[in-house]
Amino acid sequence: MKRQAYRLIASRLGLALLTLLIVSALVFAMTGLLPGDAAQEALGQAATPEAVAALRHQFGLDQPALHRYLVWLAHVMRGDFGMSLSNSLPVSELIRTRLPNSLMLAGLTTIVSVPIALAIGIFSAMFRGSWLDRALNILTLSTVAVPEFLVATVAVLIFAVNLHWLPALSYLSSVSSFSDIVRIYAMPVMTLCCVLIAQMARMTRAAVLDQLNSGYVEMAYLKGASQVRVVWRHVLPNAIGPIANAVALSLSYLFGGVVIVESIFNYPGLASLMVDAVTNRDMPLVQGCVMVFCAAYLVLVLMADLCQIVSNPRLRQR
Amino acid sequence: MSRPIQSSISHPATQIYDEAGSETAAPARRPRRARLSWLGRIGMTLVCFWLAMAVFGPMLAPYKEGVLASTLSFAGFSAAHPFGTDYLGRDMLSRILYGTRYTVGLALAAAVLASGIGTCLGLVAAVSTRWVDEVMCRLFDALISIPSKVLALVAIAAFGSSVPMLTMVAAVAYIPGAFRISRSLAVNLMTLEYVLVARARGERLLYIARVEVLPNMIHPVLADFGLRFVFIVLLLSGLSFLGLGVQPPNADWGSLVRENIGGLSQAAPAVLMPSIAIATLTVGMNLLIDSLRRHAGFGQGGRP
Repeated sequence: MKRQAYRLIASRLGLALLTLLIVSALVFAMTGLLPGDAAQEALGQAATPEAVAALRHQFGLDQPALHRYLVWLAHVMRGDFGMSLSNSLPVSELIRTRLPNSLMLAGLTTIVSVPIALAIGIFSAMFRGSWLDRALNILTLSTVAVPEFLVATVAVLIFAVNLHWLPALSYLSSVSSFSDIVRIYAMPVMTLCCVLIAQMARMTRAAVLDQLNSGYVEMAYLKGASQVRVVWRHVLPNAIGPIANAVALSLSYLFGGVVIVESIFNYPGLASLMVDAVTNRDMPLVQGCVMVFCAAYLVLVLMADLCQIVSNPRLRQR
Repeated sequence: MSRPIQSSISHPATQIYDEAGSETAAPARRPRRARLSWLGRIGMTLVCFWLAMAVFGPMLAPYKEGVLASTLSFAGFSAAHPFGTDYLGRDMLSRILYGTRYTVGLALAAAVLASGIGTCLGLVAAVSTRWVDEVMCRLFDALISIPSKVLALVAIAAFGSSVPMLTMVAAVAYIPGAFRISRSLAVNLMTLEYVLVARARGERLLYIARVEVLPNMIHPVLADFGLRFVFIVLLLSGLSFLGLGVQPPNADWGSLVRENIGGLSQAAPAVLMPSIAIATLTVGMNLLIDSLRRHAGFGQGGRP
C-alpha cells in the first residue's frame, strides 16, 4: 500500500539532497576558491614567500581544488566547519549557541503569523471582489513591498521611544519570566510578521480561489450548500496541499527577513552571526551559516511537498 | 514536447502575486487599451517621479553633496531643511535626492541584467533538448534555494562590495526567478499550433524563440521585470542598511537609514525619510504592476 506515495517522497528527498550538494559546491567555489589566497591575506604585510608557502601547506591550499572541496565536504558532513578566523572557536560551536535563538524567533513568528494569514487569505477569497477583499489586496500588496527596517524603525519609534512600553534592543540574558519574553520578542516578531502575513495571505487567497473556481464547488452550491459549508467542508480539505505549500514558501522569507531584523534589534541569532562573519570576512563561519540556512530552506520546502503528497487522497489510498 | 512544467522547488518570489501561480499558456491577446485603475495611476506617478529624480535630483537638490548645511544634527522639519538634517548636520532632502541615483540606478541596471539574462536562458531551456533543459533547471533550483539576501552576503564576503559588484550580485540573485517564469511561459507557448507550424516549416530554433515565442510572452515578462526591480531595491537597501552595500562617502537610501539610526531615539526625520522614500518607490511599483496585470492584460495567465 501507498507505494507510489513512498516513491514520490523518496524522489523528493533525493532531489533535495542533490540540491544541497550543488549548493555546497557553489558556496565552496564562491568562498573557498575564487577570492584569492587566504594565506597571503592572513599574513598581510609580513608575507615572505616562505611563510606564505608554509601557511598554504598548513591550510591545504596547495592541493587541487576538487580535492579541497571533497575534504571540505567530508568535514561538513560530520558537522565540522573548521575554526572561525575572527574568534578562534569552532564554527559548529558558534552555530550551536546561536541557532536556538533564531529558531525561537522563527517559531514565535510562525505561531503568530500563520493563523492570522490563513484567516485573512480564506476570508478575502470567500468574499472575492468585495470592498473587504479589495482593501486587503491593497494592504497586503503594499506591505509586501515595505522594507523591514521601515517597519522596525516605526515600531521602535512608537513602542520604545514614545510609549516606553518595550526595550529597543533584545538582551536575552535578562529573560526571567513570561512577560520578559513577550517584551523582548514583541518587536522583532511584529516586524517579521508584517511582511510574512501579507505574503502568506496573498498566496493562501490564490490557493483557495483556485479551488473555488473548480467544478465541484459549483456542484456543491447547486445542491444548496451554504457558503460557509462549501468553504469548510469542500474547499479547505482540497486546498490543504496548496496552502501548506504557500505557508512553507512564505516562511522561507524568514531566512532573508531575520538578517535585517536580528541586526536592528541586536538579537543574538544565526543571521546576525552571519552578518558579523561577512563584515570580518570570516570565510569558514560564512560557509557554515550559509549551509545551515540552505539546509533549513530545503527542509521547509520538503515539508511542504510532504504535506502536498499526504493530503492528496489519490496518493494515500492506492 | 510534453515536459514537466512545474519543477519541484518553487519560490515565494513567483507566487505572491495572484495570477503568478497559474502558469497556463498566455493567449496572444493584445490589450485593447492600457487602462489603469486609479491605484495604478498613483503607482505610475510615484515610479515616474523617482525615475525623474534619479536623473534630475542632484540638479534640484538645495545643497551640494556633502555640504554641512547646519550646525544642528538630527534637526526636525523646517523651512530651510524640509526633511531635517542628518547626524553631521547635512541637509537630508539633498542627501536623499543624491541617493536616488544609487538606489534607482543600481536596481534598474541589476533588474535589466537579471530579467534579460533570465529570459534568454529560459528561452534557451525551452527550445533546446530535454537534458539541457533538465540540467539548467537543476542548477537554477539549487541557486534559488539560497535565499537571495544570504547569497548576496556570501558574494560580498568573497568579493567585497563595490558598485559593479553589488549590481552583479543582485542580478545573479534574481536570475533564477526570471529564468523559471520565462521558461514556464515559453514551454507552454512551444506546444501551441503556430509554433508547431513554424517547426514544420523548418525554422531554426533561434528564429522560433525570437519571432514566435518571445513576442507572445513579453507582457508577463515585463510585469516580472517590475517585480524584480522591487525585490532588488529591497535587497540592495537591506544590504546598505547592514553596512555591506554602497560604501561611504556615497550613500543610497539604505545607507542613509544606517547612518542616521542613532537619531531614532530623538525621532529624527533623518531616519524615517529615506525608508519612506524606499517604500513609496517599491509600493508604487507594486501597485502599478498589479493594476497592469488586472486591467491591461499583462497578467501571467492572460486572465483579466
